[in-house]
Amino acid sequence: MAVLQQIVFIITLGVAVFLIRKRILRIRSTIQLGKQTEISGDKMARLQNLILVAFGQRKMFKKFIPAFLHFFIYVGFLVINLEVLEFVLDGVAGTHRLFAPYLSEFYNVLMNLFEFLAVAVLLACIFFLLRRNVLKLARFWSAEMTQWPRLDANLILFIEIVLMTAILTMNATDQILQTRDAHYVNTGTLFFSAYLIPLFQNFSTPALMVVERLAWWFHIVGILGFAIYVTYSKHLHIFLAFPNTYFAKLEPKGHINNMPVVTREVKSMLGLESVTTPAGEPGRFGAKDINDLSWTNLMAAYSCTECGRCTAECPANLTGKTLSPRKIMMDTRDRLEEVGKSLAVGGAGLNDGKTLLNDYITKEEINACTSCNACVEACPVMINPLEIILELRRYVAMEESGSPAQWNSMFQNIETSFAPWKFSAADRFNWAKEQ
Amino acid sequence: MNVPTMAELAAKGESPEILFWVGCSGSFDDRAKRVTKAFVKILNAIGIKFAVLGTEEACTGDPARRAGNEFLFQMQAMSNIQVLNGYNIKKIVTACPHCFNTIKNEYPELGGNYEVIHHSTFLQQLISDGRIKIEGGVFKGKKVTYHDSCYLGRANNIYEAPREVLQALDADLVEMKRCRTTGLCCGAGGAQMFKEPEKGNKDINILRSEEALATGASTIAVACPFCMTMMTDGVKNKEKEAEVKVKDLAELIAEAQGL
Ligand code: SF4
Ligand code: SF4
Repeated sequence: MAVLQQIVFIITLGVAVFLIRKRILRIRSTIQLGKQTEISGDKMARLQNLILVAFGQRKMFKKFIPAFLHFFIYVGFLVINLEVLEFVLDGVAGTHRLFAPYLSEFYNVLMNLFEFLAVAVLLACIFFLLRRNVLKLARFWSAEMTQWPRLDANLILFIEIVLMTAILTMNATDQILQTRDAHYVNTGTLFFSAYLIPLFQNFSTPALMVVERLAWWFHIVGILGFAIYVTYSKHLHIFLAFPNTYFAKLEPKGHINNMPVVTREVKSMLGLESVTTPAGEPGRFGAKDINDLSWTNLMAAYSCTECGRCTAECPANLTGKTLSPRKIMMDTRDRLEEVGKSLAVGGAGLNDGKTLLNDYITKEEINACTSCNACVEACPVMINPLEIILELRRYVAMEESGSPAQWNSMFQNIETSFAPWKFSAADRFNWAKEQ
Repeated sequence: MNVPTMAELAAKGESPEILFWVGCSGSFDDRAKRVTKAFVKILNAIGIKFAVLGTEEACTGDPARRAGNEFLFQMQAMSNIQVLNGYNIKKIVTACPHCFNTIKNEYPELGGNYEVIHHSTFLQQLISDGRIKIEGGVFKGKKVTYHDSCYLGRANNIYEAPREVLQALDADLVEMKRCRTTGLCCGAGGAQMFKEPEKGNKDINILRSEEALATGASTIAVACPFCMTMMTDGVKNKEKEAEVKVKDLAELIAEAQGL
């Protein structure tokens, strides 16, 4: 029986690892469709962002209550994974609570800590479910939050609740079994699950063994399933938030990335430099599709939690325009997934006749942006939707000359009179003579 | 008004303490020109040796870059940098947060390296150095609210200098609910100043003006010519222009000093 369990476990683990690995490779290869960008600047500053914003959740703490509850889920995730390690080793070796003898008294402390976190996670998830579905917080119900994103968010919360319940059930039955069978290592009293003991006290020993095993299997298979599910979900931020904060832009938010290709051309036009055409394809100006964006933009799309804090602060969105910075990130991700899926089966990939601009994000959306950086400021994982918007605008302006007519006139004014309005350049200094 | 140009100074073999970058709004827009003049009056009153580029100045290229026309932006930037470097300019002060941001953050990559200061920071420094002394208390007890410009605030982390200027005026500073890092845009940035807004249910400047009016302040202080236009229009739209004035920090100081 025990050996059979071991075999089944090893197979389950193998399948899960295989599936997760496949997804990771797929995601990595789609991110690599993006342009290579030089990651410049102070490594220490990048590390600081990673530690303060990702580990320290600094930006989350601008809203205390959700930050506090989210913090429990986050710490729970990190710490309970230690227990998963024991689960996996037990599963492979056919042991029970492998770490207990080595840690002796400390094992009890550790288990109690896990239980405390499990209860905290459980309560936080219930609160978040209520906030989404009963209080109906506006940012979770705006236009781009269609059925799947809403279901995704609810599923994650639901799965976490079920997983935490499994841990507590397992510990409760285990504690009863400890008094009846020497195989069950003494863990000492486990504070939270002890409250569940009365529920199972009257069970026969074999029945308890079954419940304990079922809870164990349920928890570990649940966790493995969750790990696979996460790679398809907005929940990927639990891993990608870390690199995303590390690679986030370090310059002041007002700075827009330079285009060295244009610098070379302008310099030669002004006679400042002899023309040295760099080798290779000239490439597009700006971005029409995902492969025109930097790989960091693409990773950011996978890191987005769809929390909508960006959109809730966006002046264009607040005044009823179609622009939503969250949608920019979700669209980028959807396009990445579409291209990735197609490439995996040898399909047309990027050449499927669709593009990020137009098929996903419209000109109306990108034209409405005031470049105010409210979205960038608001994002708890340091995503920059504005970078993508500006790259799309560059494509429209330079490759299509398709900017709004009033912008084209503004361009013309700057070219001819060196000001965005139609004034004569010679009158620029007249103000000094006026009273 | 005494407004020396760089060309004049260079001809005399002199160099100024600061170059005052006026910007397109400050040069052409009637309302913004009053701010330009107020700032010049302050500089003259305390005897700061400054100069402007006059007709040698050209648009920094900010709206072109933000609307996606990188070629035009870089053409503007490079020719401005040629002029500035030609005069060996070291220190630039401007009353426009967009010019400030572009010259400070975007010109270095194209060969223009200067110390760039926005006039709110500059005025605040003059006040704390005691070079500007405000007496008389014209604004004492008057309710003033400050509207953060995106290109000063979030873009460059300048939140306190403008507020310190207002506090020095002895004004009663009241904050809007959305302020500092969460300040709401006036709606003009990102080249929106130069086109009609997209379809929606409200204009951004109306929403922001409502927020400013809700504070009950009689003065809405701004530090950006675009914000000035947007907030002035918003206040007019709400038919509050008789009771509520939109003023730039430089104008408020000039007023307090009776300039
Ligand atoms: S930068 Fe653009 S997308 Fe972001 S909040 Fe401002 S207007 Fe919205
Ligand atoms: S971009 Fe950031 S703030 Fe916006 S939805 Fe995604 S995670 Fe939230």
